[in-house]
Amino acid sequence: MTVRVGNAALAPDFPEAAKKQLANAQMRHNVRYATDVIRAKRNRVVAEMPDWEALRESARQIKAHTLRHLNTYLEQFEKACTAAGGHVHWAKDADEANTIITAIIKSHGEKEVIKIKTMTSDEIRLNPALEAEGITPFETDLADLIVQLGNDQPSHIVVPALHRNKTEIRQLFLEKMKLENLGDKPEDLTEAARRYLREKFLRVKVGIGGANFAIAETGSVCVVESEGNGRMCLTLPQVFISLVGIEKIIPKFSDLEVFLQLLPRSATGERMNPYNSIWTGVSPNDGPKEFHVVLLDNGRSEILADEKTRQTLQCIRCAACLNVCPVYRQTGGHAYGSIYSGPIGAIVTPQLQSMQHSQSLPYASSLCGACYDACPVKINIPEVLIELRGKVVAAGGAPASEKIAMKAASFALSSSQRLAAAQKLVRIAQWPLLHDGTISKLPGFLGAWSETRNMRAIPAESFREWWKHRRKDQHS
Amino acid sequence: MLISLFITCYNDTLFPDTGKAVVAVLERLGHTVEFREAQTCCGQMHYNTGYQKEALPLMRHFLGVFRDAEIICIPSASCVAMIREHFPVMAADSADPRLIEEVNNLLPRVFEFTELLVDKLGVTDVGAFFPHPVTFHTSCHSLRSLHVGDKPLRLLKNVRGLQLAELPDADQCCGFGGTFAIKNAPVSSAMLSDKISCILKTSAEVCAAGDNSCLMHIDGGLTRQNAPVKCMHIAEILATTERENNPEDRQ
Repeated sequence: MTVRVGNAALAPDFPEAAKKQLANAQMRHNVRYATDVIRAKRNRVVAEMPDWEALRESARQIKAHTLRHLNTYLEQFEKACTAAGGHVHWAKDADEANTIITAIIKSHGEKEVIKIKTMTSDEIRLNPALEAEGITPFETDLADLIVQLGNDQPSHIVVPALHRNKTEIRQLFLEKMKLENLGDKPEDLTEAARRYLREKFLRVKVGIGGANFAIAETGSVCVVESEGNGRMCLTLPQVFISLVGIEKIIPKFSDLEVFLQLLPRSATGERMNPYNSIWTGVSPNDGPKEFHVVLLDNGRSEILADEKTRQTLQCIRCAACLNVCPVYRQTGGHAYGSIYSGPIGAIVTPQLQSMQHSQSLPYASSLCGACYDACPVKINIPEVLIELRGKVVAAGGAPASEKIAMKAASFALSSSQRLAAAQKLVRIAQWPLLHDGTISKLPGFLGAWSETRNMRAIPAESFREWWKHRRKDQHS
Repeated sequence: MLISLFITCYNDTLFPDTGKAVVAVLERLGHTVEFREAQTCCGQMHYNTGYQKEALPLMRHFLGVFRDAEIICIPSASCVAMIREHFPVMAADSADPRLIEEVNNLLPRVFEFTELLVDKLGVTDVGAFFPHPVTFHTSCHSLRSLHVGDKPLRLLKNVRGLQLAELPDADQCCGFGGTFAIKNAPVSSAMLSDKISCILKTSAEVCAAGDNSCLMHIDGGLTRQNAPVKCMHIAEILATTERENNPEDRQ
């Protein structure tokens, strides 16, 4: 099978996966704790911005404009980057991107690469593809390192190991780094990671990363990060490869002014990232001698073609929507079966796979709207979720019981006479289920409700009946 | 003022007392309430579950029923959100200029119950008496789609005898989400469980809201636990007066 989004095509449906995750009390505690901390920080630094709403609107407009003219800006980027000494490659899908990247590494006879955190590389399953060609990738972002060492999956877009706590990480490091002693303070853990990674930074000749932004005007690539590992990967290797989703393009260098205010505040609750790297092609005696950009489509053009769901591609991967999502906060990221989890994952993952897989994800939301409020580029995620639900239903993906229930409801609601008759009917039908005016066990698919919730008896008189009687009384 | 009530299909069937309370409050304030019997449903359940095609005839029906109604009062924030956010989208998708115009004409006439009282009628004290500790659940649609802000709370604060208990984590969803409560029942129940802990922390006797859909969910969990908290639509609290609550007056 062609890889589109990691292993999402093989993942179980959300309800099934969520049920399993809900039973993991430690993970739920970790996720709750971490998202509470990030949310509080985010709210603090957003509240101090008097022009936050104007910034969001600017960002939305810049992204919407760019997407409308994406072909132009991509070509402009290619030209500018090439003029600055970079090499630009175009990959239509995951396989093509993996082949291009592998070939670049092999052309230098290298067997190892160091990586900056890039979710896009997880999307195309780059690490397994490299390993299959005898190339060892080393993740250098702390959270990605934890995920890699634990043979785990990322559960959050910005903080991939968010589901793990300090004690679990200490245990993992002791085992995988073959350490005799290790404290459990965050400083102890980062120190261990630093020692483990340092010699790789100095030894490995090829670096790979993603991009937060790719600037059409100048051909520059921008990566923001907190740890400084990215800066090491960007300066020490001889060769650097950026894997860039085509939606990461912004037109002008000055557009960064908007995004670099929105992104750190939304992602980690910081006013500014500790490390902001922006580079253009190659420079003599500074950084890598060879620079490649792989522009990745992998389903993005199809999303672009749909005017109603195109806004999905505005995403700057800040994960603010995950941190506020009441569903994500219960289940964590693994329930989504994709490296893109939470509300944005629920719209990105199925669309990147042409709606062929992950059809349960658009339903993994109560449509509470917290994601839309938090989104720094104003993606109306609830609206897109509903649109995608429509696609699932149109493609025959809804359960038969639901289709029948919706048909019956359509019929009953098509006229007030039918509605009144249906009301009488359900009032009679409920009798066998009633005990002391309450229903505690419902039949069929409605039984899912009564697992945990009662249902009150349907009153003997509907409002419309009461109104009729009242009018008669008033007139008599 | 003549006010046309859109009761909503589930209030009509499951919560007729809410409709009676809306009528009582508006009539007490000196207004005339009409109920157009041809009304059925706004189409929200179909639309939100992915049956947009089936929602379209329901919207057309709604537009027909309320074409010449001057003010439409709806005691359900989620149905108002359906009308304000999705009717224009459906009309635009239909590319029918008449439908687009009809929806444009409809929107300024649609009011959620507390919006109608505070914004349109300029009332925050409806002369209610309800001597009980009450907490208020702001439904997601009233909070994020309608931006009702503190309108319901201002109305409740003016109710004689009512002690308002602030609900912790008030911006969190109760987990209902329409068909979400069935399709993702375990997650929905986990969200409900958090909401119920917050409600119980307030020690309120009554949990009120502007949406009976949330309340049906919350009440379903509360009664399953035999928790001593009653769920009431805000209209039912605002309809209660001294006479009904005072045992001496009743005699």
